[in-house]
Amino acid sequence: MIVDALLLQLGYNATLVALGATLLGISAGVTGTFLFLRKRALVSDAISHATLPGVCLAFIIMVGMGGDGRNLIGLLAGSAVSASVGLLCLSWLTRHTRLAEDAAIGVILSVFFGLGIVLLTVIQTMSSGRQAGLEGFLLGSTAGMLWADAMVVAVGGAVVLALILLLRRPMTLVAFDPEYAAARGLPVDRIDLAMMGLVMAVTVVGLKIVGLILIVALLIIPPVTARFWTERSDRVVLLAGLIGGFSGYVGAGLSASAPNLPTGPIIVLVGFTCFVISLLLAPNRGVLAAVLGHLRFQRRVHLRQGLLALAQSQPIYENLTLRLLRRADLVRADGVATETGRARAAKALRDEKRWEVVRADQAHEAAAALYDGLRDIETVLTRDQIVDIDARIGGPQGVGA
Amino acid sequence: MSGAEFVPLSLTPLLIGIFAAVACALPGNFLVLRRQALIGDAISHVVLPGIVVAFLATGVIAAGPMMLGAGGAAVVAVILIEAIRRLGRIEPGAAMGVVFTSMFAVGVLLLEQSDTSSVHLDVEHALFGNLESLIWLDATGWASLLDPDALRGVPVELPRIAVTLVGVILFTVIFWRPLKLSTFDEGFARTLGVRTNVLGMALVIVAAISAVAAFDAVGSIIVIAMFICPPAAARLMTNRLEHQIGWSVVFAVASAVLGYVLAGYGPLWLGARDAVSAAGMIATVSGIILAITAVAGPCRTRSGAPVQD
Repeated sequence: MIVDALLLQLGYNATLVALGATLLGISAGVTGTFLFLRKRALVSDAISHATLPGVCLAFIIMVGMGGDGRNLIGLLAGSAVSASVGLLCLSWLTRHTRLAEDAAIGVILSVFFGLGIVLLTVIQTMSSGRQAGLEGFLLGSTAGMLWADAMVVAVGGAVVLALILLLRRPMTLVAFDPEYAAARGLPVDRIDLAMMGLVMAVTVVGLKIVGLILIVALLIIPPVTARFWTERSDRVVLLAGLIGGFSGYVGAGLSASAPNLPTGPIIVLVGFTCFVISLLLAPNRGVLAAVLGHLRFQRRVHLRQGLLALAQSQPIYENLTLRLLRRADLVRADGVATETGRARAAKALRDEKRWEVVRADQAHEAAAALYDGLRDIETVLTRDQIVDIDARIGGPQGVGA
Repeated sequence: MSGAEFVPLSLTPLLIGIFAAVACALPGNFLVLRRQALIGDAISHVVLPGIVVAFLATGVIAAGPMMLGAGGAAVVAVILIEAIRRLGRIEPGAAMGVVFTSMFAVGVLLLEQSDTSSVHLDVEHALFGNLESLIWLDATGWASLLDPDALRGVPVELPRIAVTLVGVILFTVIFWRPLKLSTFDEGFARTLGVRTNVLGMALVIVAAISAVAAFDAVGSIIVIAMFICPPAAARLMTNRLEHQIGWSVVFAVASAVLGYVLAGYGPLWLGARDAVSAAGMIATVSGIILAITAVAGPCRTRSGAPVQD
């Protein structure tokens, strides 16, 4: 069943939904990356909630003009208008009052959503009786998706991606260093507004599939996930698009494969699964990598301290240190150093003395800054420098009679 | 309007609305100043999975397990956000976005999977609340306020939110000095021996408790609105924390009363027949109050910012 779903064998509607969700996931992931790098991820929350009054007003107006009220393009146009109003209020509040951005986001989100709910209850009591399932816009409803709806998603997603291709350089610059961008003469305010406009476009396009509450997840989760795997912004954008598309495709497939699996939440949870896997397994930034790195560091510290203790003929009681020394064949089972053990220990002690000289000497200031108790001195100083230091330490001398 | 009509139909919802608004606005003041305003938003989203899990575990719609489930979900969410922020080195906003949307998705999925269609538990109810339905049928007039028999029929949400409000007020009063200190200068508070991280966690938990109690009665949208709008509006009125809290309570009460009245009677004045959602209207009114203070509040600009003509 799931295989059928993933191979688009479950009929016309399921195929449409899967393609639409994939396109939506790609454009949301790519757009969300810039928002995330700009550290304004939750602005998308305000934008998405601000679409609700527009949807309701559009419905009321369309019914008032004698129409059906369920025309998707009309509803989406309404949502775009109210989301832009919300966006402008948000940027006005942060620029002209002392409110921080998070408070402004909360204000816009709650007030617009509250107004939307008031309008929803108005619609419910309207005599027309055609309550066109506007609640579907809260959580998305893909059941009755039409060819025209899929086309709206496809065209919208393509336009967003094209605009991002055009604006990617200024948007990346503004996301990383707005002051520098302003100094270069870029209109930072307008680029920010364009970025938010793109987010709004994705939100509006995604209303039908995942609904206004969960579209936020599609904008935030893929970029956060992609960020674990790479340090380059262009790759984060690409990866976020891939992860978003993957979540959309697999999520839509899974939800079509069994009853009572709503599309929006499944897509979000597929994305969240990707996030958890990345959080745990990503190289460098992942939790597993951090744990392994810590263990490696611990072993090096213990080995080093053990060697220094051997060199100074101090007894070693610490279990981990003994085990590490034994495993490296540096001490015998009874705790006495082997031949290699004695050589390594002498080397360690000599290096420690060399470091001592280096750190006491102003001329080696740059090298001394690299001292952390573990670094091999050969990786910091040239052979000539070490010979010079050794000359200062001097060789072994007999005790005068 | 006579007491015979007002007391049974409007007194209890009005009181519940006011109490919920104030209980959220009080911790909201500190959250807004600490730039944690969106914690309220996150908590009110994750309450849904908590309630659904509680329902699936017990099989009944009862207030006790649901409050426990919601509170548990709020605590889990706060811990998850903190864990993801630290483990993944992700900025707090994005960590919050990942956690609350995913938990909300789990809630919706569980709701669809389980057979809750027979009982009154749905997403819309969770979002909008149902303030209008909390009526006091046993009351016959103002005299019922002194009648023990009638008082037994008061909706259970009223005493619950009242107790929560008292708890929130006590917390604010008892920890007033450390709260104020750590909100404005966390480093200084720490040098004085205030355990700022414990206090910060306690503040979030108090916020979660009031959010859950208010959510039970009035739905999540009022909770978000009342956490942020009255304190934010109050912030634009004054530079002193004491005055800000006073203003925020005034604004919260004004939003609750005006919103309730406008939702119930506004449409009738306009010639329509049916009332609109009180929760939505209260949020809208609080937004209008904020808009007025943002345009005309005496302390609306950042201190030191150039005066704009």
